[in-house]
Formats: sequence, structure tokens, C-alpha cells
Amino acid sequence: MKRIYLDHNATTPVHPEVADEVCRRLREDFGNAGTLYSYGREAKKLVDDAREMIASVVGAKREEILFTSGGTESDNMAVRGVAYGNINKGRHLITSTIEHHAILETCKALEKEGFEVTYLPVDEYGTIKLDELKNAIRSDTTLITIMHANNETGTIQHVSEIGRIAREKGVTFHTDTVQTFGKIGINVDGMNIDLLSVSAHKLHGPKGVGALYMRKGVKMKPVMFGGHQERKLRPGTHNVPGIAGLGKAVEVAARDMEGEGERLLKLRERLWEGIKANIPHIRLNGHPTERLKNTLNVSFEFVEGESLILSLDDLGICVASGSACTSDSLEPSHVLLAMGCVPEVAHGSLRFSLGGGNTDEEIKLVIQALPKVVERMRSMSPLYREFLKKQKATE
Amino acid sequence: MYSEKVMDHFRNPRNMGEMENPDGVGKVGNPVCGDMMELYIKVENDVITDVKFMTFGCGAAIATSSMVTELVKGKTLDEALKISNATVAEALDGLPPVKMHCSVLAEDALKGAIEDYRNKQKSR
Ligand SMILES: Cc1ncc(COP(=O)(O)O)c(C=O)c1O
Ligand code: FES
Repeated sequence: MKRIYLDHNATTPVHPEVADEVCRRLREDFGNAGTLYSYGREAKKLVDDAREMIASVVGAKREEILFTSGGTESDNMAVRGVAYGNINKGRHLITSTIEHHAILETCKALEKEGFEVTYLPVDEYGTIKLDELKNAIRSDTTLITIMHANNETGTIQHVSEIGRIAREKGVTFHTDTVQTFGKIGINVDGMNIDLLSVSAHKLHGPKGVGALYMRKGVKMKPVMFGGHQERKLRPGTHNVPGIAGLGKAVEVAARDMEGEGERLLKLRERLWEGIKANIPHIRLNGHPTERLKNTLNVSFEFVEGESLILSLDDLGICVASGSACTSDSLEPSHVLLAMGCVPEVAHGSLRFSLGGGNTDEEIKLVIQALPKVVERMRSMSPLYREFLKKQKATE
Repeated sequence: MYSEKVMDHFRNPRNMGEMENPDGVGKVGNPVCGDMMELYIKVENDVITDVKFMTFGCGAAIATSSMVTELVKGKTLDEALKISNATVAEALDGLPPVKMHCSVLAEDALKGAIEDYRNKQKSR
């Protein structure tokens, strides 16, 4: 069976050019980038070239890029590192209710250590209100961390404005750009970003490697201890093939960004139109326009997401859901709840996230398959039966 | 993550649908994740002669409701009451630990339906 992968916000297939680069470096460049002889110098050059590549696409300096094991580590490092590094100023941090768990759980851990955290609410589209951000800033606030685009809904925050506010108030600003890096143009100076997190596997790179941009002058304490690598902020022998792969993935993404974005946007809109035209009782989750071009999060009322995922998987279609039944914690998506969705609506949510390989043909197949799947699950649902009865009674 | 049996019952649920004039109805909500299940029974001479279910929930919830209807059909009420969620899970070749609570839903719906039937009998 031919499979249709529509979960690129979870992870992406590795781009062939990236796979070639990783394999080549894995075979040829085993040197430790911290050694002086030729093998080491060659490895160091690969690491520095990748650094240069990442720096260049966001308008940063090479030495402001640190390599990590991925988005989670970059987020942890940024939040913890800045929190610990600025204790003399205060112990107050600002974030939002819709961040990735890599941020939220780090904030919760810091609260246990005596830090105070303000979690900004979002509106029905998942957007933070700038007034509320302004009001939350205190004299002891040391960090604002707000994600660029949300992984579940794709809603994009006004990062430039947030950056401007943070700069005016003299607060360090971190943004999780795991879902936007290589998809939306970013300029750290233009947007007043002090730190940002990147993960390779979300942009057709390998898993387990990422980067943190940290503006020169940001006060940060290391959270890991060891050797001298990455200015002692992220010790450990470099993952040279992974880092070279990240560099290549960023190069390819930046090269193809504009054309690919428009292509995915067209496909996504076709999918949305197709769903709207063929399935009643649905709603869009996320901002109608200020949203990642590849992301479509839809709730199908009266049905539950896991059962939709299983049914679609039987047809080779791979998607995600914010349903409680799909999470190990058995809690509905915190993002959808924060946007004011009732748990039933979160229950029936599906996230379609498009990427590189997706074609027009695939989208057509999904549009064909989906109504039958939803209808079958609705035919089992007591909620739907009640709804139909009520509808009949009012007719 | 699910056994083939679970997937079979999920793909081809047995006894799914509404029942006209059931003798007993069990309606339960899942306090853990917020799903719901309804089970309807027909009873003759203390024997469950027909059973149907409707479920709003995950794959495990649908499969366990389907399985419980298979297990109780033709059983006396007392026999049916002995069916626990573990029995249902076992009959499905096991469930992932995080999904055991869904089988509790099936057990509760069954008990609810039998209780409803008995209450109705009493009030007659
Ligand atoms: C917004 C966001 N931040 C952080 C992460 C974590 O990245 P990684 O999987 O590289 O640790 C993810 C991926 O799930 C994400 O979507
Ligand atoms: S019904 Fe929600 S996890 Fe099974």
C-alpha cells in the first residue's frame, strides 16, 4: 500500500541531499573536532561550516550558534540558562500556555526551584495579546519565551512585536522556532530575538541534532558540565555527521523556502476546501490566515481522534490528533484547551501537516477517504445520534 | 500497539448500533479521558438475548464494547455480571496499560444495563 505522510510537524523524512551528506561524513569524517591534527581540523571545519550556514540564514554571527541534541535541549538550555544566569536581576519568567512541553515542563521545574512564571493566555485563534505581555513584565523579569509558530495549530505569533517590547523593557527574548526555521524568514536583529531554538528533524534533517542561537552578550549559565566544546555552554564531543546534516538541511530549506511554502499552502487550502465541502460539523483550529502554510488542524464533531487516526492508518494515511485518548497523560491537547476548545472538540481534532514529498494526488486521495472514515465513526457515536435526534425534534 | 484482535473488533465491531425498546440501558462516561459508551440489552427469562452498543471513544473503547457484547450474548444476567474488564481485555489478547481504563468503561456499561433492567423489573 502506498502511504501518505501528513505529519510533518511531528517529524520529516530526511532530504536525499541531507542523507548523502550525513552518510558521507559518517564514513569519512570520524575525527574529534576538538583535536589539532588533520582529522580533527577537518571535523572542525564541517562543524564551523554548518554554524556559518545557520548563522547566515537568520542574520547572526557564526559564534552565536551553539549545537545541541535538538529542540528539547535548546529550549531547556535557553530557559534554564537565562533563568540561572540572571538571578541577580530577578526570578520571574514569562511564557505562554501553548508552548511545547520542552518549554512548559522546564518552566514548571523552575517554579519548584523558586522561580515565578507567568503563563500568558491566548485568544480563540491561539494568539497572544501583546497588551497582556506588556502588563506581565516586571522589574524582576529576566526572560520572555514565546514560540514562533505552534506545532499543533500552526498559529504564528507576532514575534517582531514581542521582540520589540522585550528590547524596550530590557528583557531577554527567546523564541522556539522549531516549527518555523526554514519555513518562514527569520532575522534575529530585525525581530529583536536574543535566543532561538532549532531542530534538524523538523526540516528534513536527522533526528537528535539541533541548535541554539544566542546573541552575544546574553547572560547564560551552563546547565551541563564537561569539556570546552561550544564555549563550555554545551560540552560534549560534536555529533559531526548530524551537525553537517543540519547545515545541509538548513541550506536546502532556505534555498527552496519560497517555492515550497507556496506549493504547500495551495495543497493545504485544497485539503481544507475538500474537507469543508464534504464533511459537515467541523471547525478549523488555529488562525485562519496567520498560520504555518503546511498546517491544518480540524475538529470533527462527535468523534474521537484516535479512532480516526487508526481508521486512516488502515488506508495508509498518517496524521496526528489532540485527543486525550492519543496522549499518554490522557489529557486533551493543552493548546486546544488554552484556545477555549471544549474537551469534546479537542477530542475530535486531527492535525494534517504537509511537507516536501506531498503531492496533489495524495491530497485528492485524502479528500476522498476522509468523509467515509468520519461517517463510520459517527455512526457508532452516541453523541452524534443525540445530535441527530435533537435536530429532528426542532425541525 | 494494539493486538490484531483489538484491531479486528475496531474494524468490524460486533453488535454496533441502536436498539429499539431495549429492556435495559447502561450509559457511562469515562472519567479518565471523557469518552462515553452506551450498552443496550434485551432480556428473556433472565437471559440476555440481544445486545447492542454505541461508543464515542478510542480504538480500545470501541473494541472492548464490541467484545463485551459478544461475551454476554446468550448468558444469564448473573453470568454476565461476572464478566470483568480484565476478562474483556484478555479476550482481546490484552490492552496497552494506558488503555485498561477503556475496558472499565465496557464493564461499567454492562453492569449499568443489567442494573437498569432489574430496577425496571422491580418497579413493575
Ligand atoms: C515547537 C517545538 N518545540 C520543540 C520540539 C522538540 O524538538 P526535538 O524533538 O528536536 O527535541 C518540538 C518537536 O516536537 C516542537 O514542535
Ligand atoms: S476512550 Fe479515551 S483512551 Fe480509550
